[in-house]
Amino acid sequence: MKSPRTRLAALLALLVAGVLLAGCHGATPLPFRLTDLTGHMPQLEFNLTSDENKPVSAVDYRGKVVLLFFGYTHCPDVCPLTMAQLHVVMKKLGAQADGARILFVSVDPARDTPAVLHGYVNAFDKHAIGLTGTPRAVEALVKRYRSAFTREPSGKDGNYEVSHSSAIYVFDRDGNPRVLYTPADKQDDLVHDLQLLLDQGAPT
Amino acid sequence: MKHARLFALLAGLSLAAGVHAAAADQVHASHAWIRVLPGALPAGGYVTLENRGDQPVALTGARSTAYAEVMLHHSSTQGGVSRMAMVESLPIPAHGSVVLAPGGYHLMLMKPAAAVLPGNQVQLQLQFDDGSSLPVDFLARPANALGDEAPAPAHSGH
Repeated sequence: MKSPRTRLAALLALLVAGVLLAGCHGATPLPFRLTDLTGHMPQLEFNLTSDENKPVSAVDYRGKVVLLFFGYTHCPDVCPLTMAQLHVVMKKLGAQADGARILFVSVDPARDTPAVLHGYVNAFDKHAIGLTGTPRAVEALVKRYRSAFTREPSGKDGNYEVSHSSAIYVFDRDGNPRVLYTPADKQDDLVHDLQLLLDQGAPT
Repeated sequence: MKHARLFALLAGLSLAAGVHAAAADQVHASHAWIRVLPGALPAGGYVTLENRGDQPVALTGARSTAYAEVMLHHSSTQGGVSRMAMVESLPIPAHGSVVLAPGGYHLMLMKPAAAVLPGNQVQLQLQFDDGSSLPVDFLARPANALGDEAPAPAHSGH
């Protein structure tokens, strides 16, 4: 036999849990086609340097739907393919794409200076921004999203590759993680989910 | 008698020559293009190779005066992690073909001698395991090209 007080506590706990699950900012559930991340990962947070050589943080991108992608410019095959595909996604979004930003975070800050990143991201899409920073700052962001990267041993010419997660994390305008896109997913599903997020709270 | 022996010897020789036709002579290349990245960043080279011969051949790499270093690589994504690995040799079965395309096999083109711009034609000498090589013109495409979607440039007869 539970006392009314215990019952009240249980109810409150349920309420609190419900609020937490819905996200810090009460993210509205949406009929996503991709893997729904809502409530499973922390809000976007970082302190890095943009390709325009300015210090930036996640707050600078509030109000935009963010596509977060880890890569490096000396990656000749997979990273450019992903960026080219994201360019197609932006084209499919049409004018709505202006509400989105692709954040290309370098996992190779030793070689990826803001200047190198600037030329790189602009060769793909005008909505893309290159981010780099101290190895510690980059690692903090990578770990925050349970992602990973490994610098492979250098070749005889000092050149090296970096193995890295291929997933793209999508955040809503409030910086809440919402969906995860992997190379195995359909591109149109990403377009669909981005449209849902861009329709939400479009700035007036 | 002597003539017959000489004839047999010659026949044998030509037969051997037929069997050992240079790999480069039996491989047909198409859809050759390069994704050009800004600055001196390494670029990816892609091509479809069709082996029209009766013998398997293997691509071992490529050389070019346009790039100081060219390596045959393979990209893979396993367990959500993208990796690149060097490939010593890529077999092309008899009457079969292989496709070097984004996200898989590719030629990693490093240290361009001069800036390669979209629209440029760059010649690569594809190297095969028998030591033969095949010159192929690759069309440079912009960074955000998705693949060989544009019509192939007019072919000048070799």
